[in-house]
Amino acid sequence: MNTEEVRKVAKLARLKMSDAELLDHGQQLTAVLDYVSLLNEVDIEDVAPMPHAIETRNNFRDDVMQPSLTRKDALANAPQTDGLYFVVPQILGEKGGR
Amino acid sequence: MTIHELSVRQLRDKLGSRDLSRVEVVEHYLARIDALNPGLNAFVHVDADAAVSRARELDSHASTGEPVGPLAGLPVAIKDNICQKGVVASCGSRMMAEFRPPYDAHVVQQIERDGGILIGRLNLDEFAMGSSSETSVFGAVHNPWDRNRTAGGSSGGAAAAVSAGLVPLAIGSDTGGSIRQPASFCGVTGFKPTYGRVSRYGLVAYGSSLDQIGPFSRDADGCRLLLQTIAGHDVRDSTSLTTTSPSEQNDAAFDVSGITIGIVDEHYGEGLDPDVSRVTLSAIDQLKQAGAKVRHIRLPHARYCVATYYLIACSEASSNLARYDGIHYGHRAESYDDLVGLYCQSRGVGFGAEVKRRIMLGTFALSAGYYEAFYLKALKVRRRIREDFDAAFQDVDVIAGPVAPTTAFELGANLDDPLAMYLGDIHTLSANLAGIPAMSVPCGSCSAGMPIGLQLMAAPLNEAVLLQVAGEFQQMTGWHQSAPLLDG
Repeated sequence: MNTEEVRKVAKLARLKMSDAELLDHGQQLTAVLDYVSLLNEVDIEDVAPMPHAIETRNNFRDDVMQPSLTRKDALANAPQTDGLYFVVPQILGEKGGR
Repeated sequence: MTIHELSVRQLRDKLGSRDLSRVEVVEHYLARIDALNPGLNAFVHVDADAAVSRARELDSHASTGEPVGPLAGLPVAIKDNICQKGVVASCGSRMMAEFRPPYDAHVVQQIERDGGILIGRLNLDEFAMGSSSETSVFGAVHNPWDRNRTAGGSSGGAAAAVSAGLVPLAIGSDTGGSIRQPASFCGVTGFKPTYGRVSRYGLVAYGSSLDQIGPFSRDADGCRLLLQTIAGHDVRDSTSLTTTSPSEQNDAAFDVSGITIGIVDEHYGEGLDPDVSRVTLSAIDQLKQAGAKVRHIRLPHARYCVATYYLIACSEASSNLARYDGIHYGHRAESYDDLVGLYCQSRGVGFGAEVKRRIMLGTFALSAGYYEAFYLKALKVRRRIREDFDAAFQDVDVIAGPVAPTTAFELGANLDDPLAMYLGDIHTLSANLAGIPAMSVPCGSCSAGMPIGLQLMAAPLNEAVLLQVAGEFQQMTGWHQSAPLLDG
């Protein structure tokens, strides 16, 4: 995996990385991807994918109101709030950071 | 014998007969933690005051004849990726260093209901991603048997704490061996239940189709007690099983003399340490002498477990960890240009190298053009792996073998070589991929004196047969009673 490919994956993953990190990750990902190519040996013709270990049907519960988090609790861990909402940088128009 | 040398059963008996009080027990363990934790780094937080006051409360209940619950006031420590309301759950990550959960995990509620005393929080690999408990923001856990060696991971703090007698019972999580491998490295008993047996509500997600919470104790009897407390249906986890809890199964239906144990030829191939091979085979031979039938079986897809697991677990991790956006909770970068910059900067700084590595692999395996060749293929091989187990359990009741290819390795040994670290999980990953229950039972030590665990695996929901075999093995042998020599 070359640095440009790694940079693209890092962008998809929303991870800021230094050039040195991109290089390291490129080498390590390449080694892991080489290793996992082992799976090409397995006959998976007509095998259904198995997303879960114990395959269960939808588990439904009664549609009744339950207590949920208070606004205060929900905001308690937020890096920035105005007491009512989570505060994020402006999304449209002028860019602005802290 | 002093308090920390007693088994969970002996402790409960002495509390029941009032030879010991809960305050005495809790204060004894707190003193052990004070003296020994600085050299081990197993605990990252100790709730001394709350634990003593809860002990006093339960002592007073007991004195008036009120029920104190099956856990009887025994201290229980919790891995730091499981939520306790108002207590920091760091997950060993800079990202979560100040995160105080607004609710309790299901297992925490169950432990409190059953009279367990929450005594503190245990170190781990960052977000439970690792096999050596070295990637924690708090620094590495040290193995009580040799401080230069790893305690294993990711529940290294739990295994080290039980091994060193800092706590009689602990809760870990196991996504690819994170309970069993540290249990093996530290010489304690660790149990991963069937997927869905224990609610994951309040467990910080890593690989949701693989994650399972389970108990640690010195012996199988202690694990059984804690498992009974934490197992059972919970509507807040949609994968929680509605089947009978293991405590309601008839344990007497199993007896070592009536069971068949399978040895997997693939487990005893290249790369297995000769001491691990010899010691685990000798343990199986002891079970044979106790009357078990032993036969050789094959798991033809065993060699594909590591590749399958790392594709699936990292894909799930990349999706699960997308929630750390620097907005709702967790670390937010000091400076950024715009919203996407806030995400990238916060995550780039908040996550450590191994977590980033797994997010990168998972993001790649799920990305357009690669999804079918990587993630989807891994899901299909996963079914092959499960089918191997389904076939094997037609012929045997329990599969026995090594937990890890080696004993505890030296700290730092595999940190620069992720693939080498991943390959060390080869014997434990398959139980998570297949969803089956599995455990590690101390069964001997290597020439350098480091503990070795025997892995026992059973068909889905057959926890009882594992606990029975492990319990009988521990009546025949004393390995679970050997403890490291510690200064302090």
